[in-house]
Amino acid sequence: MSGTYLGMPSFPEAARDAVRDVTLRGNLRRATHTIRDKRAGAVAELDDWGRLREAGKRIKDHTLRHLDRYLVQVEEAVTAAGGTVHWAADAAEANAIVTRLVQETGESEVVKVKSMATQETGLNEALEAHGIRAYETDLAELIVQLGKDRPSHLLVPAIHRNRGEIRDIFRSEMSEWGRPAPEGLTDTPAELAEAARLHLREKFLRARVGISGANFMVAETGTLVVVESEGNGRMCLTLPETLISVVGIEKVIPTWRDLEVFLQLLPRSSTAERMNPYTTMWTGTTDGDGPRAFHLVLLDNGRTDTLADEVGRQALRCIRCSACLNVCPVYERAGGHAYGSVYPGPIGAILSPQLRGTASAIDASLPYASSLCGACYDVCPVAIDIPEVLVHLREKVADQGGKGHRLERAAMRAATWLLDHPAALTAGERLASKTRKLHPERLPGPGARQWTNSRDLPDLPAEPFRDWWKKNRA
Amino acid sequence: MRVALFATCVNDALYPSTAVATVKVLERLGVEVDFPAEQTCCGQPQYNTGYRRATEPLVRRTARAFAGYDHVVTPSGSCVAMVRDNYPRIGAKALAEGRGRELSGAAASLVPKTYELTEFLVDVLGVTDVGAYFPHTVTYHPSCHGLRMLGLGDRPRRLLEAVRGLELVELPGAEECCGFGGTFAVKNADVSEAMGDDKIRNALSTDADVLCGADNSCLMHIGGMLRRQDAPLRALHLAEILASTEEEPLR
Repeated sequence: MSGTYLGMPSFPEAARDAVRDVTLRGNLRRATHTIRDKRAGAVAELDDWGRLREAGKRIKDHTLRHLDRYLVQVEEAVTAAGGTVHWAADAAEANAIVTRLVQETGESEVVKVKSMATQETGLNEALEAHGIRAYETDLAELIVQLGKDRPSHLLVPAIHRNRGEIRDIFRSEMSEWGRPAPEGLTDTPAELAEAARLHLREKFLRARVGISGANFMVAETGTLVVVESEGNGRMCLTLPETLISVVGIEKVIPTWRDLEVFLQLLPRSSTAERMNPYTTMWTGTTDGDGPRAFHLVLLDNGRTDTLADEVGRQALRCIRCSACLNVCPVYERAGGHAYGSVYPGPIGAILSPQLRGTASAIDASLPYASSLCGACYDVCPVAIDIPEVLVHLREKVADQGGKGHRLERAAMRAATWLLDHPAALTAGERLASKTRKLHPERLPGPGARQWTNSRDLPDLPAEPFRDWWKKNRA
Repeated sequence: MRVALFATCVNDALYPSTAVATVKVLERLGVEVDFPAEQTCCGQPQYNTGYRRATEPLVRRTARAFAGYDHVVTPSGSCVAMVRDNYPRIGAKALAEGRGRELSGAAASLVPKTYELTEFLVDVLGVTDVGAYFPHTVTYHPSCHGLRMLGLGDRPRRLLEAVRGLELVELPGAEECCGFGGTFAVKNADVSEAMGDDKIRNALSTDADVLCGADNSCLMHIGGMLRRQDAPLRALHLAEILASTEEEPLR
């Protein structure tokens, strides 16, 4: 994934500062609680939500099982409709293809629809290295780009910013990128939106190349679908002469009928809307309407490896709705940046270590960035059992035996031995109970020290239960 | 009816009063309780930390300990969730790795007969009034495993509402995780503390005397924070409230 995340510290280290940042925690708490409550209401309106969820899960599972077939179908349909299909094995290859395609147009500026795939590949930085400037046009992405920041949420990339911070960014940075912010800009939402609108309108009318991702690709017709709230995406998808779409291979669905299911699941799960305001669909090129040239870049970048894992592959069902982020108590406190990836929150904790592997400190720590409370699984519109995958990935990390895990493995084995020998366990329990007056209040050693920093240990009982039972019932 | 008590390792070693209370409530309702002494731990700490293979001896041991019983009852939602959700997975993975059918059979045998205490009382015995008396203001924290994995629903509340003298008050943000999560509390201590802080702030806002739960692992975390802060609220397991009577009241 993006080079900007290389060398990230592990999740607990990255989360430490976020937990203590009062402004950040306030911003996150307000935003996530608002969206999660609205989502719960929007979902409760449908009495067949459970069946829709099951249908979404099955369609995705079926498609993933026959991905080879559906991808070839997409390629044939897109080609027949006048588009060109390119296959990219990894981020570098995808960026090279897009860079070449832009260079062939002779342009040095592109406008972009919000796209997770191009963030995953670090496309903007790759284009910049070749003298091509990419303008993000999604409002929240614009805030992140102007602020030289990183996105921290799938749907609301600037969720960690409040209105005052956004006004300051607009005032100081907009002139660097194009039309400056209006004089005397305040932090009222209408004024901020108008400032962004004027700034972006200039770019839409000038751009000759647009770059997008897609929420879905319909195999039977080669149709791509983008679902959005602002309409900026539709500008990027219809005004330029050349459109380049970079799409993860797992985004394919077989038919238009299947789309019906996801267009119900996605908006309610993500924005708590019954239907999103803009759904743009395009199929190759059409004479006299829309872009003259269309390129589809199909991105693998770790997806085939993920598909090979029987438990972990369910992460590829994800439709990027972000419901799991909004309900996650860990995300709410640690913030999106601590996850060290464009995919934060619970889904990021299972997706990133699969797409990138678990060699780095951040990726090895992500499967542990959860209390396994299960709220993410409850809200997932395609029923990804995130806790199950987390535990499965913990096993992989523990098996590779990196920092801290060798000692842990020995401790776990010792615990199992003790628990498999009740006589020894009972002796240990009795000894602990007999010496209970001698135990210090704060304990040394890793684990125990962490625990007793903020919590008292329970008083040890005078006798373990099994001794009570022996005396009173046996 | 004869049932086996699965006390769990946390209750055996740290909270024997919860296991004793469970025995008393069940006996009061005419149930004959047994405690098979070969039982120890369900293996949840190992499994959830990523040491699946280290869990296997404990799956076998647990299955063996309860082999002769139709009903296994435990005052711990998270241990029931471990048996119900994860034992079949452990069995299936062992089979896939070619380690015989014994483990998979042992794992499967426990699933249909293992009950969390409130499930057993409400669903199997058909009781909500267990004859308890506890004249205090109580707020209830539904642990994640009981709430989401087992779907205990309003069973614990119905039992509490039937306790004489007890006033049940709503816990704001009740469905949010308290931040324990087993080894999560150690590996991600800062986030765990932040979650625990919010939980006890909500609990204190209720002005209750007692924060009640059905999982001593969560209560150890919440109760430990309450004690460190000298808060005027004690954490108490649901079984101990249900065991309290006018003749033998819990203090």
